Amino acid sequence: MKLTDISDKLNEWFSGAGPMSDVVISSRVRLARNLAGHKFLSRCSNAEKSVILKKLKGVLMSLDLGDDVFYLSVDGAPVLNRRFLVERHLISQHHAFGKGPRGVVIARREFFTAMINEEDHLRMQVLKSGCQLSQCIDQINRIDDMVEEKLAYAFSPRYGYLTACPTNLGTAIRISVMLHLPALKITGQIEKFLNATRALGLAVRGLFGEGTEAAGDFYQLSNQITLGVSEQEIVHRFEHVVIPEIAEYENAARETLLSEQEYLLDDKISRAMALLKNAHLISSQEALFLLSHLRLGLNMHEHLGASTPAIDRLCALRGDHCADSKNEGLSIATINRLFMLTLPAHLQLNYGKELDSAHRDALRAKIIRATLSG
Amino acid sequence: MQCEICQKREATIHLTEITDGVRTETHLCEHCAAEEGVAVKSHIPINELLSSLLSVQPSDEELGGYSGEELSCPHCGFTLEKFREKAVLGCPYDYDVFGKSLLPLIKKTHDGNTKHCGKVPSRVPEDSKKQLKLAKLRQQLDEAVRSEDYELAAKLRDKMAEND
Repeated sequence: MKLTDISDKLNEWFSGAGPMSDVVISSRVRLARNLAGHKFLSRCSNAEKSVILKKLKGVLMSLDLGDDVFYLSVDGAPVLNRRFLVERHLISQHHAFGKGPRGVVIARREFFTAMINEEDHLRMQVLKSGCQLSQCIDQINRIDDMVEEKLAYAFSPRYGYLTACPTNLGTAIRISVMLHLPALKITGQIEKFLNATRALGLAVRGLFGEGTEAAGDFYQLSNQITLGVSEQEIVHRFEHVVIPEIAEYENAARETLLSEQEYLLDDKISRAMALLKNAHLISSQEALFLLSHLRLGLNMHEHLGASTPAIDRLCALRGDHCADSKNEGLSIATINRLFMLTLPAHLQLNYGKELDSAHRDALRAKIIRATLSG
Repeated sequence: MQCEICQKREATIHLTEITDGVRTETHLCEHCAAEEGVAVKSHIPINELLSSLLSVQPSDEELGGYSGEELSCPHCGFTLEKFREKAVLGCPYDYDVFGKSLLPLIKKTHDGNTKHCGKVPSRVPEDSKKQLKLAKLRQQLDEAVRSEDYELAAKLRDKMAEND
Protein backbone atom coordinates (compact mmCIF):
# COMPACT_ATOMS: atom_id res chain seq x y z
CA MET A 1 0.00 0.00 0.00
CA LYS A 2 1.17 3.54 -0.78
CA LEU A 3 0.69 6.49 1.55
CA THR A 4 -1.09 8.34 -1.25
CA ASP A 5 -3.84 5.70 -0.95
CA ILE A 6 -4.80 7.26 2.39
CA SER A 7 -3.36 10.78 2.20
CA ASP A 8 -6.39 12.37 0.52
CA LYS A 9 -8.90 10.72 2.85
CA LEU A 10 -10.09 11.56 6.31
CA ASN A 11 -9.12 8.91 8.85
CA GLU A 12 -11.78 7.17 10.93
CA TRP A 13 -10.68 8.66 14.24
CA PHE A 14 -11.26 12.17 12.87
CA SER A 15 -14.57 11.41 11.21
CA GLY A 16 -16.60 13.45 13.70
CA ALA A 17 -18.64 10.38 14.70
CA GLY A 18 -18.91 8.59 18.03
CA PRO A 19 -20.25 9.49 21.48
CA MET A 20 -19.81 13.10 22.66
CA SER A 21 -18.18 13.95 19.35
CA ASP A 22 -19.08 17.64 19.65
CA VAL A 23 -16.35 17.93 22.29
CA VAL A 24 -14.37 14.68 22.11
CA ILE A 25 -12.64 14.25 18.75
CA SER A 26 -11.10 10.88 19.47
CA SER A 27 -9.96 8.39 22.08
CA ARG A 28 -6.64 6.59 22.10
CA VAL A 29 -5.12 3.85 24.23
CA ARG A 30 -1.43 3.08 23.86
CA LEU A 31 0.57 0.25 25.44
CA ALA A 32 4.35 0.14 25.75
CA ARG A 33 6.02 -3.29 25.74
CA ASN A 34 9.58 -4.63 25.64
CA LEU A 35 10.67 -8.12 24.72
CA ALA A 36 12.19 -10.28 27.44
CA GLY A 37 15.80 -11.23 26.81
CA HIS A 38 16.73 -8.02 25.02
CA LYS A 39 18.27 -4.78 26.25
CA PHE A 40 16.29 -1.56 26.01
CA LEU A 41 16.90 0.37 22.82
CA SER A 42 19.40 2.86 24.27
CA ARG A 43 21.85 -0.05 24.72
CA CYS A 44 20.99 -1.99 21.57
CA SER A 45 23.29 -2.16 18.57
CA ASN A 46 21.67 -1.77 15.17
CA ALA A 47 22.04 -5.54 14.76
CA GLU A 48 20.01 -6.19 17.93
CA LYS A 49 17.44 -3.59 16.88
CA SER A 50 17.07 -5.43 13.56
CA VAL A 51 16.46 -8.71 15.40
CA ILE A 52 13.75 -7.08 17.56
CA LEU A 53 12.22 -5.44 14.49
CA LYS A 54 12.08 -8.74 12.62
CA LYS A 55 10.49 -10.60 15.53
CA LEU A 56 7.82 -7.98 16.19
CA LYS A 57 7.07 -7.28 12.55
CA GLY A 58 6.60 -11.01 11.90
CA VAL A 59 4.14 -11.40 14.76
CA LEU A 60 2.21 -8.18 14.16
CA MET A 61 1.80 -8.82 10.44
CA SER A 62 0.39 -12.29 11.16
CA LEU A 63 -2.37 -11.03 13.49
CA ASP A 64 -5.99 -11.13 12.45
CA LEU A 65 -7.11 -7.55 13.08
CA GLY A 66 -10.14 -7.63 10.82
CA ASP A 67 -8.49 -5.20 8.41
CA ASP A 68 -5.62 -5.12 5.92
CA VAL A 69 -2.35 -4.48 7.69
CA PHE A 70 0.74 -2.97 6.12
CA TYR A 71 4.28 -2.31 7.24
CA LEU A 72 6.43 0.76 6.61
CA SER A 73 10.11 1.08 7.33
CA VAL A 74 10.49 4.43 9.10
CA ASP A 75 14.28 4.75 8.90
CA GLY A 76 14.11 4.11 5.16
CA ALA A 77 11.21 6.51 4.49
CA PRO A 78 11.60 10.01 2.98
CA VAL A 79 11.27 12.86 5.50
CA LEU A 80 7.99 14.04 3.96
CA ASN A 81 6.42 10.60 4.44
CA ARG A 82 7.55 10.55 8.05
CA ARG A 83 6.04 13.98 8.67
CA PHE A 84 2.81 12.78 7.09
CA LEU A 85 2.66 9.81 9.46
CA VAL A 86 3.18 12.18 12.42
CA GLU A 87 0.42 14.53 11.24
CA ARG A 88 -1.93 11.58 11.01
CA HIS A 89 -0.98 10.42 14.51
CA LEU A 90 0.23 7.09 13.16
CA ILE A 91 3.73 7.54 14.57
CA SER A 92 5.30 9.92 17.09
CA GLN A 93 7.74 12.70 16.34
CA HIS A 94 10.31 10.71 18.33
CA HIS A 95 9.80 7.69 16.07
CA ALA A 96 9.91 9.73 12.88
CA PHE A 97 13.29 11.24 13.65
CA GLY A 98 14.84 8.55 15.86
CA LYS A 99 17.86 6.41 15.09
CA GLY A 100 18.44 2.92 13.78
CA PRO A 101 16.21 0.22 12.29
CA ARG A 102 12.58 0.95 13.10
CA GLY A 103 9.18 0.69 11.51
CA VAL A 104 5.43 0.86 11.90
CA VAL A 105 2.59 -1.59 11.31
CA ILE A 106 -0.65 0.13 10.34
CA ALA A 107 -4.19 -1.16 9.90
CA ARG A 108 -5.54 0.29 6.67
CA ARG A 109 -8.46 2.00 8.41
CA GLU A 110 -5.90 3.49 10.84
CA PHE A 111 -7.61 2.38 14.05
CA PHE A 112 -4.45 0.47 14.97
CA THR A 113 -0.77 1.23 14.64
CA ALA A 114 2.28 -0.37 16.22
CA MET A 115 5.59 1.46 16.35
CA ILE A 116 8.56 -0.91 16.52
CA ASN A 117 11.75 0.38 18.15
CA GLU A 118 10.45 3.76 19.27
CA GLU A 119 11.47 4.44 22.91
CA ASP A 120 10.34 0.91 23.81
CA HIS A 121 10.54 -2.12 21.56
CA LEU A 122 6.81 -1.98 20.91
CA ARG A 123 4.32 0.84 21.30
CA MET A 124 0.91 0.01 19.94
CA GLN A 125 -2.24 2.06 19.95
CA VAL A 126 -5.91 1.82 19.14
CA LEU A 127 -7.62 5.04 18.07
CA LYS A 128 -11.36 5.61 17.73
CA SER A 129 -13.53 8.63 17.05
CA GLY A 130 -15.48 10.28 19.87
CA CYS A 131 -15.43 9.05 23.45
CA GLN A 132 -14.80 5.30 23.06
CA LEU A 133 -12.09 4.50 25.60
CA SER A 134 -13.70 1.23 26.76
CA GLN A 135 -13.82 -0.03 23.19
CA CYS A 136 -10.20 1.07 22.67
CA ILE A 137 -8.95 -0.77 25.75
CA ASP A 138 -10.87 -3.94 24.89
CA GLN A 139 -9.40 -4.01 21.42
CA ILE A 140 -5.81 -3.19 22.42
CA ASN A 141 -5.99 -5.84 25.16
CA ARG A 142 -7.04 -8.48 22.66
CA ILE A 143 -4.20 -7.50 20.34
CA ASP A 144 -1.74 -7.44 23.26
CA ASP A 145 -2.85 -10.97 24.24
CA MET A 146 -2.31 -12.19 20.69
CA VAL A 147 1.22 -10.76 20.59
CA GLU A 148 2.01 -12.15 24.02
CA GLU A 149 1.00 -15.66 22.91
CA LYS A 150 3.97 -15.57 20.57
CA LEU A 151 6.53 -13.37 22.33
CA ALA A 152 7.50 -12.99 26.00
CA TYR A 153 7.42 -9.46 27.43
CA ALA A 154 9.80 -8.00 30.03
CA PHE A 155 7.64 -8.07 33.17
CA SER A 156 8.25 -7.93 36.89
CA PRO A 157 5.61 -8.89 39.49
CA ARG A 158 6.52 -5.79 41.48
CA TYR A 159 6.84 -3.18 38.72
CA GLY A 160 4.63 -4.68 36.01
CA TYR A 161 5.59 -4.14 32.38
CA LEU A 162 9.18 -2.91 32.35
CA THR A 163 9.69 0.14 30.19
CA ALA A 164 12.80 2.04 29.12
CA CYS A 165 11.67 5.09 31.09
CA PRO A 166 10.42 4.58 34.67
CA THR A 167 7.63 7.11 34.05
CA ASN A 168 5.78 4.49 31.95
CA LEU A 169 6.30 1.57 34.33
CA GLY A 170 3.47 -0.69 35.53
CA THR A 171 0.55 -0.92 33.15
CA ALA A 172 2.65 1.07 30.64
CA ILE A 173 -0.64 2.45 29.40
CA ARG A 174 -1.19 5.93 28.04
CA ILE A 175 -4.78 6.98 27.62
CA SER A 176 -5.43 10.10 25.60
CA VAL A 177 -8.54 11.95 24.62
CA MET A 178 -8.46 14.65 21.99
CA LEU A 179 -10.77 17.50 22.91
CA HIS A 180 -12.08 20.52 21.02
CA LEU A 181 -12.64 23.34 23.51
CA PRO A 182 -13.20 26.55 21.54
CA ALA A 183 -15.88 28.02 23.80
CA LEU A 184 -13.72 27.71 26.92
CA LYS A 185 -11.02 29.55 24.99
CA ILE A 186 -13.30 32.32 23.68
CA THR A 187 -14.83 32.89 27.11
CA GLY A 188 -11.38 33.11 28.70
CA GLN A 189 -11.74 30.01 30.85
CA ILE A 190 -9.15 27.76 29.21
CA GLU A 191 -6.49 28.45 31.87
CA LYS A 192 -8.88 27.19 34.53
CA PHE A 193 -9.30 23.98 32.56
CA LEU A 194 -5.53 23.61 32.17
CA ASN A 195 -4.92 24.18 35.88
CA ALA A 196 -7.68 21.75 36.87
CA THR A 197 -6.27 19.00 34.68
CA ARG A 198 -2.79 19.52 36.11
CA ALA A 199 -4.25 19.25 39.60
CA LEU A 200 -5.74 15.90 38.56
CA GLY A 201 -2.26 14.72 37.55
CA LEU A 202 -3.10 14.70 33.86
CA ALA A 203 -0.89 15.95 31.03
CA VAL A 204 -2.25 18.41 28.46
CA ARG A 205 -0.75 19.24 25.12
CA GLY A 206 -1.86 20.46 21.72
CA LEU A 207 -3.31 17.99 19.27
CA PHE A 208 -1.77 19.68 16.25
CA GLY A 209 1.39 21.70 16.11
CA GLU A 210 4.56 21.24 18.03
CA GLY A 211 5.10 20.79 21.75
CA THR A 212 2.58 22.20 24.15
CA GLU A 213 0.96 24.64 21.79
CA ALA A 214 -2.73 23.93 21.26
CA ALA A 215 -3.50 25.14 17.77
CA GLY A 216 -7.14 25.29 16.74
CA ASP A 217 -8.35 24.85 20.33
CA PHE A 218 -7.59 21.13 20.21
CA TYR A 219 -6.17 19.65 23.38
CA GLN A 220 -4.88 16.21 24.11
CA LEU A 221 -5.41 15.02 27.67
CA SER A 222 -3.45 12.02 28.97
CA ASN A 223 -2.85 10.08 32.17
CA GLN A 224 0.64 10.28 33.65
CA ILE A 225 0.46 7.71 36.45
CA THR A 226 0.90 4.15 35.19
CA LEU A 227 2.04 2.29 38.32
CA GLY A 228 -0.28 1.17 41.11
CA VAL A 229 -3.48 1.85 39.18
CA SER A 230 -5.14 -0.72 36.94
CA GLU A 231 -5.97 -0.11 33.30
CA GLN A 232 -9.69 -0.32 34.04
CA GLU A 233 -9.47 2.21 36.86
CA ILE A 234 -7.72 4.74 34.62
CA VAL A 235 -10.26 4.26 31.81
CA HIS A 236 -13.18 4.42 34.24
CA ARG A 237 -11.91 7.69 35.73
CA PHE A 238 -11.54 9.25 32.29
CA GLU A 239 -14.91 8.05 31.01
CA HIS A 240 -17.00 8.72 34.09
CA VAL A 241 -15.30 11.65 35.80
CA VAL A 242 -12.81 13.62 33.73
CA ILE A 243 -14.42 13.71 30.28
CA PRO A 244 -18.04 14.32 31.35
CA GLU A 245 -16.89 17.17 33.57
CA ILE A 246 -14.85 18.87 30.85
CA ALA A 247 -17.64 18.35 28.30
CA GLU A 248 -20.06 19.95 30.75
CA TYR A 249 -17.80 23.01 31.16
CA GLU A 250 -17.34 23.38 27.42
CA ASN A 251 -21.08 23.03 26.80
CA ALA A 252 -21.86 25.53 29.56
CA ALA A 253 -19.44 27.96 27.90
CA ARG A 254 -21.19 27.36 24.55
CA GLU A 255 -24.59 28.06 26.17
CA THR A 256 -23.19 31.24 27.73
CA LEU A 257 -21.89 32.42 24.37
CA LEU A 258 -25.28 31.84 22.89
CA SER A 259 -27.35 33.45 25.62
CA GLU A 260 -25.07 36.31 26.71
CA GLN A 261 -22.38 36.89 24.11
CA GLU A 262 -23.99 36.16 20.77
CA TYR A 263 -22.19 39.14 19.20
CA LEU A 264 -18.82 37.66 20.24
CA LEU A 265 -19.70 34.23 18.88
CA ASP A 266 -21.00 35.67 15.62
CA ASP A 267 -17.94 37.86 15.25
CA LYS A 268 -15.62 34.87 15.56
CA ILE A 269 -17.62 32.76 13.09
CA SER A 270 -18.12 35.59 10.58
CA ARG A 271 -14.46 36.59 10.61
CA ALA A 272 -13.42 32.98 10.16
CA MET A 273 -15.83 32.54 7.24
CA ALA A 274 -14.75 35.79 5.59
CA LEU A 275 -11.06 34.98 5.81
CA LEU A 276 -11.32 31.34 4.84
CA LYS A 277 -13.57 32.09 1.86
CA ASN A 278 -11.42 34.93 0.54
CA ALA A 279 -7.80 34.64 1.62
CA HIS A 280 -5.14 33.66 -0.90
CA LEU A 281 -2.45 32.82 1.65
CA ILE A 282 -3.23 30.95 4.85
CA SER A 283 -0.64 29.49 7.21
CA SER A 284 -1.26 26.16 8.85
CA GLN A 285 -1.68 27.81 12.27
CA GLU A 286 -4.18 30.37 10.95
CA ALA A 287 -6.19 27.67 9.19
CA LEU A 288 -6.46 25.60 12.37
CA PHE A 289 -7.50 28.67 14.35
CA LEU A 290 -10.17 29.77 11.87
CA LEU A 291 -11.54 26.32 11.06
CA SER A 292 -11.95 25.77 14.78
CA HIS A 293 -14.55 28.55 14.88
CA LEU A 294 -16.47 27.06 11.95
CA ARG A 295 -16.44 23.70 13.70
CA LEU A 296 -17.83 25.38 16.82
CA GLY A 297 -20.63 27.02 14.84
CA LEU A 298 -21.66 23.79 13.11
CA ASN A 299 -21.55 21.82 16.35
CA MET A 300 -23.64 24.42 18.17
CA HIS A 301 -26.21 24.26 15.40
CA GLU A 302 -26.28 20.48 15.40
CA HIS A 303 -26.17 19.79 19.14
CA LEU A 304 -27.71 22.91 20.73
CA GLY A 305 -30.03 23.92 17.90
CA ALA A 306 -28.27 27.29 17.81
CA SER A 307 -29.47 29.84 15.30
CA THR A 308 -27.70 33.20 15.07
CA PRO A 309 -27.12 35.35 11.96
CA ALA A 310 -23.56 33.98 11.55
CA ILE A 311 -24.46 30.36 12.29
CA ASP A 312 -27.36 30.59 9.82
CA ARG A 313 -24.99 31.92 7.16
CA LEU A 314 -22.52 29.17 7.96
CA CYS A 315 -25.24 26.57 7.62
CA ALA A 316 -26.42 28.17 4.38
CA LEU A 317 -23.14 26.92 2.94
CA ARG A 318 -24.90 23.58 3.07
CA GLY A 319 -26.39 22.72 -0.26
CA ASP A 320 -23.37 24.05 -2.12
CA HIS A 321 -21.42 21.28 -3.70
CA CYS A 322 -18.85 21.21 -0.95
CA ALA A 323 -16.32 18.45 -0.50
CA ASP A 324 -18.76 16.10 1.18
CA SER A 325 -18.88 12.67 -0.35
CA LYS A 326 -22.68 12.64 -0.40
CA ASN A 327 -22.77 16.16 -1.77
CA GLU A 328 -24.97 17.31 1.11
CA GLY A 329 -23.01 20.44 1.88
CA LEU A 330 -20.89 21.63 4.72
CA SER A 331 -20.64 19.18 7.58
CA ILE A 332 -18.38 18.56 10.54
CA ALA A 333 -16.67 15.86 8.48
CA THR A 334 -15.90 18.42 5.77
CA ILE A 335 -14.35 20.79 8.29
CA ASN A 336 -12.39 17.91 9.84
CA ARG A 337 -11.16 16.95 6.40
CA LEU A 338 -9.93 20.51 5.86
CA PHE A 339 -8.13 20.41 9.22
CA MET A 340 -6.29 17.25 8.24
CA LEU A 341 -5.70 17.69 4.52
CA THR A 342 -4.31 21.21 4.81
CA LEU A 343 -1.55 20.21 7.24
CA PRO A 344 1.87 20.77 5.61
CA ALA A 345 2.90 17.18 4.83
CA HIS A 346 -0.63 16.21 3.68
CA LEU A 347 -0.68 19.16 1.29
CA GLN A 348 2.66 18.24 -0.23
CA LEU A 349 2.06 14.53 -0.47
CA ASN A 350 -1.27 15.10 -2.20
CA TYR A 351 0.25 17.74 -4.48
CA GLY A 352 2.94 15.27 -5.48
CA LYS A 353 6.00 17.29 -4.61
CA GLU A 354 7.64 19.34 -1.88
CA LEU A 355 6.61 22.99 -1.67
CA ASP A 356 8.11 25.96 0.17
CA SER A 357 6.10 27.67 2.88
CA ALA A 358 4.62 30.42 0.64
CA HIS A 359 3.43 27.91 -1.96
CA ARG A 360 1.95 25.72 0.76
CA ASP A 361 0.04 28.71 2.15
CA ALA A 362 -1.30 29.51 -1.32
CA LEU A 363 -2.34 25.91 -1.99
CA ARG A 364 -3.97 25.64 1.42
CA ALA A 365 -5.98 28.83 0.83
CA LYS A 366 -7.05 27.57 -2.60
CA ILE A 367 -8.31 24.23 -1.26
CA ILE A 368 -10.23 25.93 1.55
CA ARG A 369 -11.77 28.52 -0.80
CA ALA A 370 -12.86 25.82 -3.23
CA THR A 371 -14.44 23.77 -0.45
CA LEU A 372 -16.27 26.61 1.27
CA SER A 373 -17.51 28.51 -1.74
CA GLY A 374 -18.83 25.51 -3.59
CA MET B 1 -3.57 30.94 48.63
CA GLN B 2 -2.75 34.51 47.57
CA CYS B 3 -0.26 35.47 44.88
CA GLU B 4 3.10 36.32 46.45
CA ILE B 5 3.60 39.34 44.18
CA CYS B 6 0.29 41.20 43.95
CA GLN B 7 -1.08 39.80 47.22
CA LYS B 8 -4.55 40.13 45.68
CA ARG B 9 -5.39 37.43 43.18
CA GLU B 10 -5.46 33.74 43.91
CA ALA B 11 -2.22 31.88 43.24
CA THR B 12 -2.87 29.25 40.59
CA ILE B 13 0.70 28.66 39.47
CA HIS B 14 2.93 26.87 41.93
CA LEU B 15 6.59 26.76 41.06
CA THR B 16 9.00 24.41 42.73
CA GLU B 17 12.65 25.09 42.03
CA ILE B 18 15.51 22.94 43.17
CA THR B 19 18.89 24.66 43.14
CA ASP B 20 21.89 22.75 44.47
CA GLY B 21 19.51 20.35 46.15
CA VAL B 22 17.66 23.18 47.96
CA ARG B 23 13.95 23.36 47.28
CA THR B 24 12.08 26.68 47.05
CA GLU B 25 8.42 27.22 46.30
CA THR B 26 6.80 30.24 44.66
CA HIS B 27 3.05 30.78 44.35
CA LEU B 28 1.81 33.22 41.71
CA CYS B 29 -1.39 34.22 39.97
CA GLU B 30 -1.57 33.83 36.18
CA HIS B 31 -1.22 37.57 35.63
CA CYS B 32 1.92 38.03 37.73
CA ALA B 33 3.43 34.80 36.36
CA ALA B 34 3.05 36.20 32.85
CA GLU B 35 4.60 39.53 33.95
CA GLU B 36 7.51 37.64 35.45
CA GLY B 37 7.96 35.77 32.21
CA VAL B 38 7.12 32.43 33.76
CA ALA B 39 6.09 30.09 30.96
CA VAL B 40 3.43 27.67 32.13
CA LYS B 41 4.36 24.28 30.83
CA SER B 42 1.63 21.71 30.60
CA HIS B 43 4.14 18.95 30.19
CA ILE B 44 7.49 18.99 31.94
CA PRO B 45 10.25 17.64 29.71
CA ILE B 46 11.29 14.30 31.10
CA ASN B 47 14.97 15.25 31.26
CA GLU B 48 14.18 18.19 33.55
CA LEU B 49 12.05 16.01 35.76
CA LEU B 50 14.63 13.28 36.03
CA SER B 51 17.61 15.49 36.74
CA SER B 52 15.72 17.42 39.41
CA LEU B 53 14.51 14.24 41.07
CA LEU B 54 17.82 12.44 40.97
CA SER B 55 19.62 15.51 42.30
CA VAL B 56 17.64 15.40 45.56
CA GLN B 57 18.10 11.71 46.10
CA PRO B 58 19.32 10.20 49.34
CA SER B 59 23.07 10.37 49.80
CA ASP B 60 25.28 7.28 49.69
CA GLU B 61 25.43 7.37 53.49
CA GLU B 62 21.66 7.41 53.68
CA LEU B 63 21.61 4.40 51.42
CA GLY B 64 23.89 2.53 53.83
CA GLY B 65 27.07 3.00 51.90
CA TYR B 66 25.44 1.95 48.63
CA SER B 67 26.92 3.91 45.79
CA GLY B 68 24.66 3.92 42.78
CA GLU B 69 27.03 6.29 40.99
CA GLU B 70 29.82 3.77 40.59
CA LEU B 71 27.59 0.82 40.02
CA SER B 72 27.15 -0.45 36.51
CA CYS B 73 24.65 -3.05 35.36
CA PRO B 74 26.36 -6.40 34.68
CA HIS B 75 23.84 -7.10 31.91
CA CYS B 76 24.03 -3.89 29.89
CA GLY B 77 26.84 -1.81 31.41
CA PHE B 78 24.49 1.07 32.18
CA THR B 79 25.20 3.56 35.00
CA LEU B 80 23.04 6.12 36.79
CA GLU B 81 25.11 8.83 35.17
CA LYS B 82 23.98 7.59 31.76
CA PHE B 83 20.38 7.44 32.96
CA ARG B 84 20.56 11.11 33.95
CA GLU B 85 21.87 11.95 30.55
CA LYS B 86 19.50 9.84 28.43
CA ALA B 87 16.41 9.65 30.70
CA VAL B 88 15.93 6.00 29.72
CA LEU B 89 17.36 2.81 31.20
CA GLY B 90 19.60 0.26 29.51
CA CYS B 91 17.82 -3.04 30.18
CA PRO B 92 15.05 -4.57 32.33
CA TYR B 93 17.62 -5.67 34.96
CA ASP B 94 18.45 -2.01 35.70
CA TYR B 95 15.29 -1.88 37.80
CA ASP B 96 16.95 -4.39 40.16
CA VAL B 97 20.51 -3.09 39.91
CA PHE B 98 19.58 0.57 40.54
CA GLY B 99 16.45 -0.22 42.51
CA LYS B 100 17.25 1.93 45.53
CA SER B 101 18.27 4.95 43.49
CA LEU B 102 15.27 4.74 41.17
CA LEU B 103 12.68 4.30 43.90
CA PRO B 104 12.28 8.02 44.80
CA LEU B 105 11.78 8.84 41.12
CA ILE B 106 9.28 6.00 40.67
CA LYS B 107 7.37 7.11 43.77
CA LYS B 108 7.35 10.74 42.67
CA THR B 109 6.15 10.09 39.12
CA HIS B 110 3.49 7.58 40.16
CA ASP B 111 1.90 9.45 43.04
CA GLY B 112 3.65 7.39 45.72
CA ASN B 113 2.81 4.03 44.13
CA THR B 114 5.56 1.43 44.00
CA LYS B 115 3.67 -1.77 43.15
CA HIS B 116 2.08 -2.87 39.91
CA CYS B 117 -1.65 -3.26 39.93
CA GLY B 118 -3.11 -4.23 36.59
CA LYS B 119 -2.75 -6.60 33.69
CA VAL B 120 -0.46 -9.61 34.07
CA PRO B 121 0.83 -11.50 31.05
CA SER B 122 -0.35 -15.11 30.87
CA ARG B 123 3.27 -16.29 30.69
CA VAL B 124 4.04 -15.07 34.21
CA PRO B 125 4.55 -17.98 36.67
CA GLU B 126 1.52 -18.91 38.81
CA ASP B 127 3.32 -17.83 42.01
CA SER B 128 3.78 -14.29 40.78
CA LYS B 129 0.18 -14.12 39.63
CA LYS B 130 -0.98 -15.13 43.09
CA GLN B 131 1.20 -12.46 44.70
CA LEU B 132 -0.21 -9.83 42.37
CA LYS B 133 -3.77 -10.91 43.09
CA LEU B 134 -3.11 -10.70 46.81
CA ALA B 135 -1.53 -7.26 46.44
CA LYS B 136 -4.58 -6.05 44.53
CA LEU B 137 -6.95 -7.44 47.19
CA ARG B 138 -4.87 -5.81 49.92
CA GLN B 139 -5.17 -2.48 48.17
CA GLN B 140 -8.95 -2.88 47.82
CA LEU B 141 -9.14 -3.83 51.48
CA ASP B 142 -7.26 -0.67 52.49
CA GLU B 143 -9.68 1.40 50.45
CA ALA B 144 -12.71 -0.36 51.92
CA VAL B 145 -11.45 0.25 55.45
CA ARG B 146 -10.71 3.89 54.65
CA SER B 147 -14.23 4.40 53.34
CA GLU B 148 -15.61 2.47 56.34
CA ASP B 149 -17.23 -0.15 54.12
CA TYR B 150 -16.74 -2.96 56.64
CA GLU B 151 -19.02 -5.39 54.86
CA LEU B 152 -16.84 -5.22 51.74
CA ALA B 153 -13.70 -5.34 53.90
CA ALA B 154 -14.86 -8.62 55.48
CA LYS B 155 -15.54 -10.14 52.05
CA LEU B 156 -12.12 -9.04 50.82
CA ARG B 157 -10.45 -10.55 53.90
CA ASP B 158 -12.17 -13.88 53.17
CA LYS B 159 -11.04 -13.72 49.57
CA MET B 160 -7.46 -13.06 50.67
CA ALA B 161 -7.56 -16.03 53.02
CA GLU B 162 -8.78 -18.24 50.16
CA ASN B 163 -5.95 -17.06 47.94
CA ASP B 164 -3.20 -17.19 50.50
